[in-house]
Amino acid sequence: MLSVTDLTKSFATPEGGRVEIVRVPRFALAAGEQRALRGESGSGKTTFLNLIAGILAADSGRAEIDGADMVALPEAKRDRLRADKLGYVFQTFNLLQGYTVLENVLLGMSFGPRGVDRAHAVAVLGRVGLAHRLGHFPRQLSTGQQQRVAVARALANRPKLVLADEPTGNLDRASAREALGLIREVCRENGAALLLVSHDDGVLGQFDGVQDFAELNEARKGAVA
Amino acid sequence: MTLPLIIYRSLRQHALSTLITAGSIALACGLLMTVWMVKTQAQAAFVSTATGFDAVLGARGSKLQLVLNGIFHLEASPGNLAWSDYEAIRRHPAVKTAIPIAVGDNLRGYRIVGTVAPLFTTVEYAPGKKFVLEPGGKLFDETAREAVVGSFAAARLGLKVGSTFQPFHGLAFDEKALHEEVFTVTAILVPTNTPADKVVWVPLKGVQTMSGHDPKAATDVSAVLIQLRAASAGLMLDLMINKQGNRMTFAYPVSAIMTELFGKIAWIDRVLALVAYLVALVAAGSVLASIYNSMSARQRDLAILRALGARRRTIFGAVVAEAACIGALGAAAGFAVYFALLWTVAGVIRVQTGVVLDVMAGHAVLWICPLAMTALCTLGGAVPAVKAYRTPVAETLAPVS
Repeated sequence: MLSVTDLTKSFATPEGGRVEIVRVPRFALAAGEQRALRGESGSGKTTFLNLIAGILAADSGRAEIDGADMVALPEAKRDRLRADKLGYVFQTFNLLQGYTVLENVLLGMSFGPRGVDRAHAVAVLGRVGLAHRLGHFPRQLSTGQQQRVAVARALANRPKLVLADEPTGNLDRASAREALGLIREVCRENGAALLLVSHDDGVLGQFDGVQDFAELNEARKGAVA
Repeated sequence: MTLPLIIYRSLRQHALSTLITAGSIALACGLLMTVWMVKTQAQAAFVSTATGFDAVLGARGSKLQLVLNGIFHLEASPGNLAWSDYEAIRRHPAVKTAIPIAVGDNLRGYRIVGTVAPLFTTVEYAPGKKFVLEPGGKLFDETAREAVVGSFAAARLGLKVGSTFQPFHGLAFDEKALHEEVFTVTAILVPTNTPADKVVWVPLKGVQTMSGHDPKAATDVSAVLIQLRAASAGLMLDLMINKQGNRMTFAYPVSAIMTELFGKIAWIDRVLALVAYLVALVAAGSVLASIYNSMSARQRDLAILRALGARRRTIFGAVVAEAACIGALGAAAGFAVYFALLWTVAGVIRVQTGVVLDVMAGHAVLWICPLAMTALCTLGGAVPAVKAYRTPVAETLAPVS
């Protein structure tokens, strides 16, 4: 499902040099597999996910999703691939505050090839327990409910791959457990692969396959001037 | 559904600035359409309002003054003509009808014009239209102190059949200049939408013999309104009276003289149009500034949309379409401004001149202006759209961990 090869990303420093944040020689995720990456803050986890999602352009390497290389594709096709195959659950949810719960989910579907399926969006929101909050705005929801909207939005388009960046970082322990369970369960139901990054042992403990991002990412072993 | 939803939500989120910006566009659009329509309609109305006459004969002076005085009942008369001059032109074989008028008095600001009965019985003020008296009225007796009152003047002065009044001397109202004579209203004219509506018509003798008027001028007239048998006769009379004579002026043709007037004041149109164009530009600029200034606040939303798979061109299109919507909203509201302004201006013009503008008349400018305004706003939206297009997704969404 996901195959990463020699993926690198560096950023310019204020001093005029460059610092390498990501250098991942090899990483793979099978269809339907659920994997967690452990990493401290600032370790490059989010950058790694953004490179896979095509939100950031990589310096070099390959990030193939279902056979399509996100790195080599032009931007418009990266956008299409992201809308078509990916679901992304952000740490800060990134809900559109001016849109209702249902509209947030509908917009998540609208850029994909299948287009908007209102009935499915309502069903997914029902699946995450928000059927009675369709017309509410994010600010009218609790943090846990907002997270559930973010999950519904990421999964409504039936993605092949779900990326989750510290998805429970803003939740208390009970809500975090509930949200994580929901993400994993819905991914399983949809047959989607899940790649989650976190530094929270409570979260990571729920996964069988946990990999240390520091071992995966060679960039941290020496910055490039 | 996506693009309309994004536009709708964005407009809702920035409702106040949307309303203010659309309001400024409405003002600009309404102003532009009003300036244009008042200009074209006023010109057309003044040029075509000859009230059935081809020419005006008067004392030596300005042709324009003669036309304004004789046809539009504005301006003062340049002087008097002797009764023999009137008789001479009336008998001229090229003249079909000659109606003498005498001015010099008013009724609380509304002009009193002395004339003869054939004005109401034979003259067509527009093709196929003669003056008609309201039911219950009868034409004045040319030997009595009676009056036929134009519809607008009657309404404003509160005159009805049987009402009596005393004229005031002069063309401008001065309550100390009251004449002794008492006139009785015998009829009210059916509205004609011409300057005749704001005139109090009395028999010619009534003005000529008014107390306080010069007895030596008791048979003089202020001007003669003329209908010709053929257009070519006008040129002949023009040559005979204006070029070969030096006592009288033959103002012919009336429409050309009014066109000349509008030609002389065309610079006012140009200044007004320039002001309106500037207002339109400022309004389009305000769309640009309004959306551009809100870009920082909405960049996160745009980045989220990009992260969800929206293409750059979708984001660009959404911002441009939002600007177009604000422009279209403003242009639509501009019609309310237009009708309010035109209705007000038309009222003022009617009170001042008796000329009636058609507020509901159509013109190409009524669709060109809103479309151009919307296009201008769309163009203005392209600037913030470029900024939206360039929104860096990852940097905007979250700091790198």
